[in-house]
Amino acid sequence: MKALLHLVEKMKPAFSKGGKLEKLHWVFDGLETFLFTPGHATERGSHIRDGIDLKRTMSVVITALLPCLLFGIWNVGQQHYQAIGQLVGLGEGFWEKVLFGAVKVLPIVVVSYGVGLGIEFLFTSIKGHPIQEGFLVSGMLIPLVMPVDVPLWMVAVGTAFAVVIGKEVFGGTGMNVLNVALTARAFLFFAYPTQMSGDKVWVSTATDLNLPLVDGFSGATSLGQAATGHVDRIASLSDTFWGFEAGSIGETSAFACLIGAAILIITGIGSWRIILATILGGAAMSWIFNLVGANDYMRIPVLHQLMLGGFMFGTVFMATDPVTAAQTNTGKWIYGFLTGLLAILIRVVNPAYPEGVMLAILFMNVMAPLIDHYVVQANIKRRLKRAAVQTA
Amino acid sequence: MSTETALPVKPAEGLFSKKNRKLITDPLNDNNPITVQVLGICSALAITVKVQNAVVMSLSVLAVVVVGNMVISALRNLIPGRIRIIAQLVIAAGLVTLVDIVLKAYVYDVSKQVGVYVGLIITNCILMGRYEAFAMGNKVWPSALDGLGNSLGYAWILVAVATVREITGNGSWMGMRLIPESWYAANGGGYFNNNMMILPPMALVLVGIIIWIQRSRNTKLIES
Repeated sequence: MKALLHLVEKMKPAFSKGGKLEKLHWVFDGLETFLFTPGHATERGSHIRDGIDLKRTMSVVITALLPCLLFGIWNVGQQHYQAIGQLVGLGEGFWEKVLFGAVKVLPIVVVSYGVGLGIEFLFTSIKGHPIQEGFLVSGMLIPLVMPVDVPLWMVAVGTAFAVVIGKEVFGGTGMNVLNVALTARAFLFFAYPTQMSGDKVWVSTATDLNLPLVDGFSGATSLGQAATGHVDRIASLSDTFWGFEAGSIGETSAFACLIGAAILIITGIGSWRIILATILGGAAMSWIFNLVGANDYMRIPVLHQLMLGGFMFGTVFMATDPVTAAQTNTGKWIYGFLTGLLAILIRVVNPAYPEGVMLAILFMNVMAPLIDHYVVQANIKRRLKRAAVQTA
Repeated sequence: MSTETALPVKPAEGLFSKKNRKLITDPLNDNNPITVQVLGICSALAITVKVQNAVVMSLSVLAVVVVGNMVISALRNLIPGRIRIIAQLVIAAGLVTLVDIVLKAYVYDVSKQVGVYVGLIITNCILMGRYEAFAMGNKVWPSALDGLGNSLGYAWILVAVATVREITGNGSWMGMRLIPESWYAANGGGYFNNNMMILPPMALVLVGIIIWIQRSRNTKLIES
C-alpha cells in the first residue's frame, strides 16, 4: 500500500497543471481517487462530508454483486453441461463448469467495462470534468442481465447507447432518469429480439473447449416456458431459489441476490424500503392472480412467482438505484410497490414480454419524480394545515 | 395584418440579394424548422425508415410549401384577415391532393408506402407556419425562396435521419444493399439488423442527437 501511495505521489506533478501530461489530469485523478480516499476538504458552505464517497459506495455495490456473478459463472457451465448430457449432477465437475462459465462470461464483462469506461473517459476529456464513477456498477450489471450467448459486439452497442443516450445526454452520473444497465438491456431487447429472448440463447451450446455440439437444444427459461403456455415445465421452487435454471447470467439465483440485498441493507446503501415494497407489490399482484386463477400461469404460488426470472435481481440491484428511484421515504414505498405490481402484471398478462421486471422498473424510473413531487406537496399541505390550526 | 403592405417603395432588390439568400440558408441551420423550431416532428418520425420515402416526402413538402407560399403571397391582399386560416387550408388541401395524385400516377409503389403521410402534410406545422408567418406578409419571390429554404431544411434532417435508420435497421441505402447478405446470421455471419432503429422512438433519439451536435457547434442557439 505504502509503495503504491509513493508511486501515485511521484506521478502526480506530471499530471497537474503545467505538467507534461496535463491533458490526462482527470484520468489520473480518477485512478488516484479510486485507489486512495482523496484528502480534499470542503472549502465553502456546509462543512459536513460523508465518510464514504461515491467510489466507495460503488465498491460496496460491486461486492454485493459478486455472489451473483460467481454463481452466474458456475451456472452457465452447469446449464451447458446439463444440455450436452455430461456431468449433469450439481456436485460434479465443479472446476470444469467454472472454467466454461468464466470463458463465456468474462469477455462480456470486459467488453461492457471497456466500452463504458472508454466513453466516460472520452466525455471526461471533452467536458473537462472529473471522471464519474457511476459506470463501475452499471458495467457489472450489464453482463449480469445478458443471455450467455449474446454476441460481444451487441454488448458493446448496447453499452454505448446506454451510456451516451441514457446517461451523458442528461448530464452524466447522478443525472440520469433511467437505470443505465436496464437501458442497455431494453435497447438490445428491442433491437435484437432473436438474440435477447426466445429459447435459443439462454444456454450456451457452443463447441468451445472441444465439447460435442448439440443441435437444436431448446433451453427456454422458466418464464419463456410459462409465456408459451407450458407452465408445467417451469423450474421447481427450490431450483428457482438456488438458481439452478436457465436465464440471464447473473439473475437466476434468488439466494445470491438475497446475499447481495443483505450487504446493501447492512451498509445502508440499498434502500430496504424499496426492496421490501417491491417484494410486497409483486406478492400482492401474484396473490390477486391466484384469486382470479383464470389460467395455469395465474395459479403459480406467490413465493414461486417471486423467485422466477429476474424479479429478485431487479428488486435488489436495479429498483434500488439511488439515482433513478424515488427519493422520499413515502415515495420509495409507492415506487417499490408499483414496480413489483407491474413486473408481475406484465409477466403474466402479456406473453410478448416473458419478463416484466425490466419494463416495470424503467416505467417506474420515469414516474419516480412525479411520485416525489406529490409526496412533497402532500407534506407541505399537511404542515400548512397544522400551522393554520396553531395560529387560529 | 394582411393589408399592411403599402410601405414606401424601396429600390428594386436583386433576385439573389443578401437578404434573399438568407431566406434559403437560414432554415438550413440557424432556424431549421425541425431542430430549432421543432415543427413537423411527426412526419420526421413516421417517414424516415427508408431514405427513398424520406426523399419523396421531402419533395412533396417542398412542392406544397413553395407553391402554396407563392399562391398565398399573391393572394395576400385579397384574403380577408378573419378567415385567412381557412383560406390557407383550402389552398394547402388542394396542393396536397394534387401531390398525392401525381405520386399515385408516377411512383405508385412509393405512394402506397407514404400515401397516408402525404395526405397528412396538410397538418404539417411547417406548412401553416410558413403560410401564416411569411407568405401572408411578403411578396411572391421572397415567399418562394422562404418556402424553398424551409423545405430544404426539413429535407436534409429527414434524409440524414433516414440514412442512419435505413443503414442500421435494414443494411441498405436507397434500396441499395450496403451490408453484404453473407454477413447476416441467416447466411452464417454474425450480423443482425437493429430492429430498434425501425421503431419510431429511435427517430426521435436521432433527431435529438442532431440537435445536440448542432447546438454544440452553434452556440447562439443555446437558450440561457
